[in-house]
Amino acid sequence: MKKKNNIPGSEFPKVKLSHLGRIMGYTFRHYKVSCIVVLLCIIIQALCTMYGMIFIQSLIDDYIKPLIGVPDPDFSGLLSAIIRLAIIYVIGLAANYAHGRIMVNVTQGTLRCIRDDLFRNMQNLPIKYFDTHQHGDIMSVYTNDIDTFRQFISQSCPQMISSSITIVFAFVSMVTMNIPMTVMSVTMALVMLFVSTIIGGKSGKYFGRQQADLGKANGYIEEMLDGQKVVKVFCHEEKACEEFEKINEQLRDSADKANTYANIMMPINANIGNISYVLVSVLGAILAINGVGGLTLGIIIAFVGLNKNFNMPIAQLSQQIGFIVMASAGAGRLFELMDSKPEEDEGYVEIVNAIIHPDGTIEESEKRTGHWAWKHPHKAEGTVTYTKMEGEVVFDGVDFGYNEDKMVLHDIVLYAKPGQKIAFVGSTGAGKTTITNLINRFYDIQDGKIRYDNININKIKKSELRKSLGIVLQETQLFTGTVLDNIRYGKLDATDEECIAAAKLANADGFIRRLPDGYNTMLTGSGSNLSQGQRQLLSIARAAVADPPVLILDEATSSIDTRTEKLVQAGMDALMKGRTTFVIAHRLSTIRNSDCIMVLEKGRIIERGSHDELIEAKGKYYQLYTGNFANA
Amino acid sequence: MKEILAQVKQYKKESFLAPFFTILEVIMEVILPFVMALLIDDGVSKGDITKALIYGGIMLVVAGISLISGMLSGKYAARASTGLASNLRKSMFRNIQRFSFSNIDKFSTAGLVTRMTTDITNVQNAYQMIVRIAVRAPIMLTCSIIMCFMISPDMSVIFLIAMLFLIVALGIIMVSVMKVFNVAFKKYDALNASVQENISGIRVVKSFVREEYEKEKFTKASGDIYKIFKKAESILVFNSPVMNLAIYSCMLTVCWLGASLVVNGSMELGQLSSMFSYIMSSLMSLMMLSFIFVMLTMSVASIKRISEVLKEEPDIKNPESPETMMRDGSIEFKNVHFSYHSTSEKEVLSDINLKIKSGETIGIIGGTGCGKTSLINLISRLYDVTEGTVYVGGKDVREYDLEFLRNNVAVVLQKNVLFSGTVLENLRWGYEKATEEECIAACKAACADEFIEAMPKKYNTYIERGGANVSGGQKQRLCIARALLKNPKILILDDSTSAVDTATDAKIKQAMRESIPGTTKIIIAQRISSVQDADRIIVLDDGEVNGFDTHENLLKTNEIYSDIYESQIKGGGDFDRPQN
Repeated sequence: MKKKNNIPGSEFPKVKLSHLGRIMGYTFRHYKVSCIVVLLCIIIQALCTMYGMIFIQSLIDDYIKPLIGVPDPDFSGLLSAIIRLAIIYVIGLAANYAHGRIMVNVTQGTLRCIRDDLFRNMQNLPIKYFDTHQHGDIMSVYTNDIDTFRQFISQSCPQMISSSITIVFAFVSMVTMNIPMTVMSVTMALVMLFVSTIIGGKSGKYFGRQQADLGKANGYIEEMLDGQKVVKVFCHEEKACEEFEKINEQLRDSADKANTYANIMMPINANIGNISYVLVSVLGAILAINGVGGLTLGIIIAFVGLNKNFNMPIAQLSQQIGFIVMASAGAGRLFELMDSKPEEDEGYVEIVNAIIHPDGTIEESEKRTGHWAWKHPHKAEGTVTYTKMEGEVVFDGVDFGYNEDKMVLHDIVLYAKPGQKIAFVGSTGAGKTTITNLINRFYDIQDGKIRYDNININKIKKSELRKSLGIVLQETQLFTGTVLDNIRYGKLDATDEECIAAAKLANADGFIRRLPDGYNTMLTGSGSNLSQGQRQLLSIARAAVADPPVLILDEATSSIDTRTEKLVQAGMDALMKGRTTFVIAHRLSTIRNSDCIMVLEKGRIIERGSHDELIEAKGKYYQLYTGNFANA
Repeated sequence: MKEILAQVKQYKKESFLAPFFTILEVIMEVILPFVMALLIDDGVSKGDITKALIYGGIMLVVAGISLISGMLSGKYAARASTGLASNLRKSMFRNIQRFSFSNIDKFSTAGLVTRMTTDITNVQNAYQMIVRIAVRAPIMLTCSIIMCFMISPDMSVIFLIAMLFLIVALGIIMVSVMKVFNVAFKKYDALNASVQENISGIRVVKSFVREEYEKEKFTKASGDIYKIFKKAESILVFNSPVMNLAIYSCMLTVCWLGASLVVNGSMELGQLSSMFSYIMSSLMSLMMLSFIFVMLTMSVASIKRISEVLKEEPDIKNPESPETMMRDGSIEFKNVHFSYHSTSEKEVLSDINLKIKSGETIGIIGGTGCGKTSLINLISRLYDVTEGTVYVGGKDVREYDLEFLRNNVAVVLQKNVLFSGTVLENLRWGYEKATEEECIAACKAACADEFIEAMPKKYNTYIERGGANVSGGQKQRLCIARALLKNPKILILDDSTSAVDTATDAKIKQAMRESIPGTTKIIIAQRISSVQDADRIIVLDDGEVNGFDTHENLLKTNEIYSDIYESQIKGGGDFDRPQN
């Protein structure tokens, strides 16, 4: 391993040009004209700077030297030359400002496009993506990775262009002046490039290690702080400190090395430049004295100046290496997220407002009628059929696994008539939540069929399907905004009255009115200023305002204590009335009056029936039910 | 600021060496153009090879010294700044370990992690800047000015005017940009927070088909970010033209005045060209200074956040002469009042008076938020009472050595965690020197032995962070076993068997009765069935003791208790139980 590291660039972090190209693609696509103008400005600036440099050199030979010793020197030539230079400088300044100002638009605009695109793509990703990726990693794309492009677009790219122009220009001028001195210059520049690559590579390697060590420290801090109360209870503080100090020392070491290599880059490059300066001037002097190539003093001085201009951009470019590497790595993570396959939707059946005529025919309506129908277009015949939406859900031999090789549900058969209440009971991991996740197609089944009002749910547009299902999850998730905003999330055009009515239905009205600003109280951090039970009440209200034909309640009242639950129960019953409802709960009070209770075990329905039937059957349900009192 | 600098500690040497070598490097850099001028004027111009070689040699030596000091300064700056960062992390972590529960409540985990990573990195970068560039820029500036004056005092006046102009212009730019940036960064944080919220709530977003709504919301927020950052950077772009304006004006005037000076013989050609480089480098250092100013102002917020943690004093401390003897496991609450914040108007516990005999088994029951957890937290001094006294073994808990007290009062917390490490390592949190046999015995008592034996590597199975690879019920049993290993005088189970099925729950209780009969056991539970066979049961309601008696008596006399019992028996049953 050690030996390998001595080969320059062997451990140099890979820069994927295709990724950086795609980032630049964003910029070009949206800012074609701006890019061209900026390019022109960069060229103008580079030329102006060049001109200035050359002018300073020629100032001596052409304007000052001839005047030395002249009794009555005429400065008018010099004056006009200086005025010319001033004009050039003004142009340069204008180009400089224009470049900077346009670049602000381009950079910020590109970042905005990338952010918007990223978020849009992310919204369309399937739930599975969020299951299989750490949320912290996704977040880091938004915060850390996109930030790296700012430097890349606004600094590194223009720098590369202007440096290249300067290098080429300086090189061509040098070649026309003197070949041997050019060879010397280029040789030293190559040395500089070589050293930069080695140091840059080392620095990159240690920055990578630093990132890894930082991640480790981060993980340890998080784990310990999350369990800080346990640490305290067990008086484990000293050990935690010792362990942390080991990790901390590793991080210090890699950070030290990474920063050292980054820090020494500039002095090394600058001084190689100085050495180059000495070698070139001495070589020039020797050549001039020996009369090789008709070298004059003016040429030597000009050449030495050019040599500086030749080395400087190389040193500047090497400073950008780090940023380019970081941007490339960031782009890699960005595009991995962006290129993830979005949720597929081949459905075409939609929900429409419907007028139901007495004879049973259904007519589509623009207005809200209180009735809904499935609009089912038949492509082959070019006809449309309407089916009344009633909320019948049928599972027919459904098999499902999150991974192909490990099935979670086996041969699930169930029949929920419109308005029925179906309950799932069973131990953790038996597959209760999974079943409900199949109805709204968060996941797609491997085998079997799920029909909704006799339509295969694969034919229904996902958005329409989900709109027709109201879900209250165990893990309540609220959003930053007022209480009213959060309830309205269920139906964006709901009036304040509708929202308040929904809150009353969920028995949330009471506590909301006691909040400092009532319905206008701001909730932050997913409603961390509310208790878990209050959050659940709000999410029930949110589902209520959506007024869907089918309800899924996944442990919706698990955090509400038994006494409060009694109060909510009336509201819940009102909410469930006339709707097909799937209930997952471990409290009997919630499921007892279900039309059908399914007992799940290891992904299979092992018993089904009403409460009384199941008690009668004296099976697993009976065991679970009575088990509680066996020790009484 | 003081707290931060105090952490430099063993890196003082590096912190001085870095600027020292920077100064050396700068001096060399200042000398270089001077020697360059000589090389051209006396050597190359006059065709004097020997002189050219001598000056070339001197230049190489100067460049060499500059190179070495530059590298050393880079190295020491890196060492000093990363060392400071490492010390800061260490001290913060140590101080956090000293925090009491109420200190912990004050900071969020995410907040502390940010303070220990991002904020410290900011300070590290700022410190590196200070020991290196903040020294470099002013010295470069001074040296360049001195050199300019040495070459031509008259012309240096122009240069001073340019500098004055630059200071004012850059100052205005920086001050106005800082204002905008402060607003911008806050907005940026808010944007990130909303993305975070969206990711964790993605199921809700998708269930309600709110993808388009979320996209619109985000696009609007990101548009705001675009506008405000554009505003900030539009101000910042004036930097470069202003800088160039100063340089160019100097160049032009120096060209004009310099030319006449050279012509009338009061200045050498080479001096003119070194004048140019001094002007360049001094104005550049001014620019650098303005950037350092911005960097430092930005890190001020980080410094503040770090200091907050370092300065936070744990509010529960060991007494002066701590007691390390405990008579027995009796507990007494005398006129106890408690609230989490001294300012909050409503007390969490009010006027609690309880006497628990050593060896008793006590159940606690009551609705959510009635103060059950708060009550038991006072026993092991996880929080201190606001008023009144808690006695354990006949002594005020505040007289005991903290570690001794907590080792004798074992609490199995409601929100409990396992740590990454093997099963054995996790168990030994309870008692570091526990033998494998003792661990197994504890696991048997907590009914954890059976499932551990079923795991591939048994007691050496690796538990992932937070106990991600064991079920809720298994986790709870491991946590109980871990607490049992302490061999405590008092054992408190705070809703610790909620995910364990009823039969196993009963088995655990049975095992405890047999294996630790002398230990006072306090059990908080939601289910009546978990506490009804306790010696006595405390019924808590809204921070007050509503009843304290046996199951039978409470059923007869206590309305709340019989109410809960009714609702649990009639509508009772609990099906969400792991089957293993």
